Amino acid sequence: MEGSILQYGYIVKGFLGALFASITAGLAGTYIVSKRMVFLSGGISHASFGGIGIGYFAGINPVLGAAVFSILSALGIEYLSVRHKIREDSAIGILWAFGMATGIIFIYLTPGYTPNLMGYLFGSILTVTNTDIIALGIMSLILIIYFGVFYRTILYLSFDEMFARTYSVYVNIFKYVTTALVALTIVLNIRMAGVVLVISLLTIPPNIAMLFTKVYSRIIVLSVIAGFAGTAAGYIVAYFAGIPVGATIIFTLSVIWGAAKYINIVVKRSAPVKSSATGDRNN
Amino acid sequence: MHSLSASYDNNIVLQDVNFRVGENDFIGVIGPNGGGKTTLLKIILGLIKPVKGTIVFNSDLIDRTGIGYLPQNPTGDINYPVTVTDVILSGMMMRKKIISRMSFSDRKRAGEVIEELGLTEVEGSSLNELSGGQLQRVYLGRAIIANPKLLLLDEPGNFVDSAFENDFYEKLKDLNNRMAILMVSHDIGIISSHVKSYACVNRGLHYHPSSEITNEQLLAYGCPIQLITHGEVPHTVLKYHN
Repeated sequence: MEGSILQYGYIVKGFLGALFASITAGLAGTYIVSKRMVFLSGGISHASFGGIGIGYFAGINPVLGAAVFSILSALGIEYLSVRHKIREDSAIGILWAFGMATGIIFIYLTPGYTPNLMGYLFGSILTVTNTDIIALGIMSLILIIYFGVFYRTILYLSFDEMFARTYSVYVNIFKYVTTALVALTIVLNIRMAGVVLVISLLTIPPNIAMLFTKVYSRIIVLSVIAGFAGTAAGYIVAYFAGIPVGATIIFTLSVIWGAAKYINIVVKRSAPVKSSATGDRNN
Repeated sequence: MHSLSASYDNNIVLQDVNFRVGENDFIGVIGPNGGGKTTLLKIILGLIKPVKGTIVFNSDLIDRTGIGYLPQNPTGDINYPVTVTDVILSGMMMRKKIISRMSFSDRKRAGEVIEELGLTEVEGSSLNELSGGQLQRVYLGRAIIANPKLLLLDEPGNFVDSAFENDFYEKLKDLNNRMAILMVSHDIGIISSHVKSYACVNRGLHYHPSSEITNEQLLAYGCPIQLITHGEVPHTVLKYHN
């Protein structure tokens, strides 16, 4: 009886985690994929490992350390590339490696036991606490409100930042706030997918959605649905097969993307050829 | 624009500029590279603060919501998941606050602009599905959707698809019936048959109240521009134009 209750709680926790992960990853992921910020987000996720290491060493919640480290990394990359004219890809590469190195050094220096690094690197539902689920739920709510209220502003700013500067003095504020929210989303999903794999949780669902629609709001909705399907299926498979959950989720999402891409190609091939109404492109 | 000066890194780019744009003016802003043409537009848009002087708009401080802008090279990502209607609607952001929703009347206005610019067939398309001419009209639509009093065009010749050039300038002629137009160009041979007057900008600004301008007048205004001929068409261009 006790076992079944534990099992029931475990499944509920997994599904709630999958739901909130897909909502947060769907919203933040659509932003980073559309704005071609995937590499930046990869840098943020790996840099956050430095915060995990410092968190362990200082005896504070590693996720809190990762959150602070990732936000500072995200803003640091923007600062280095804009103010100090360092190429953005170089700035990302530097902070990516610096974060990983910092994490390894501080975990090595932490006295006592060696923490379960595999859980942070590749994700493990066993390390997901109720607090993590609540934090992901709150993050889902924040992102839904943020994207709901500022939808048009975010859409147009991401599409054409230079033009946005001609009518809004809030461009930099929106850029930094949205980047910080992306960084937080990445950190909160690290428990599910791990530092190494979390970026796929944000990038695969929007890429599945973009195969079927070009409208931003629909991409968000489809991303959440695809993300939930992949995450929940991956979680169930991982549970019954006894294999790492983060890797299984990403593997499942990749398979869904492959299937969706195949369907997309078949549909396009079988569709009647449309006569071009667009004429020659000269620009 | 009264006694206006602007600088970049302590180098004066515009000095003591006095300039007035009236209703239904169509002014070609000409001058050499680095003479301050684009700076002039950026000051009007509020992207650069003048170091001296003021800009007034109908006796009030300039209101950017009354200005439409077509940049030299629109920087929008054509692969971004956004439709033609969305891009044109983004021109309404001039009049919106940061918490912005598009109303029924905004969408109705977008429909009117789409129809006016002949984009009805592609209103739901992505930008990467459009021809150069269609793309140019989309950005023009974004500039005019909010019914600006003043339309700023920065070197549209660089961007205009040659196949649609005549259509584009004809459209500007229509628009000029309801808004003033300030058009920066390096090639006054092309714009001379469309503009009503010139502003020659080379650190200072000289206003020329006619569409006809001679080489001597250009030299007197400090604009090193030469009159040349391509075939049988008299052509007035920048000194270093090929």
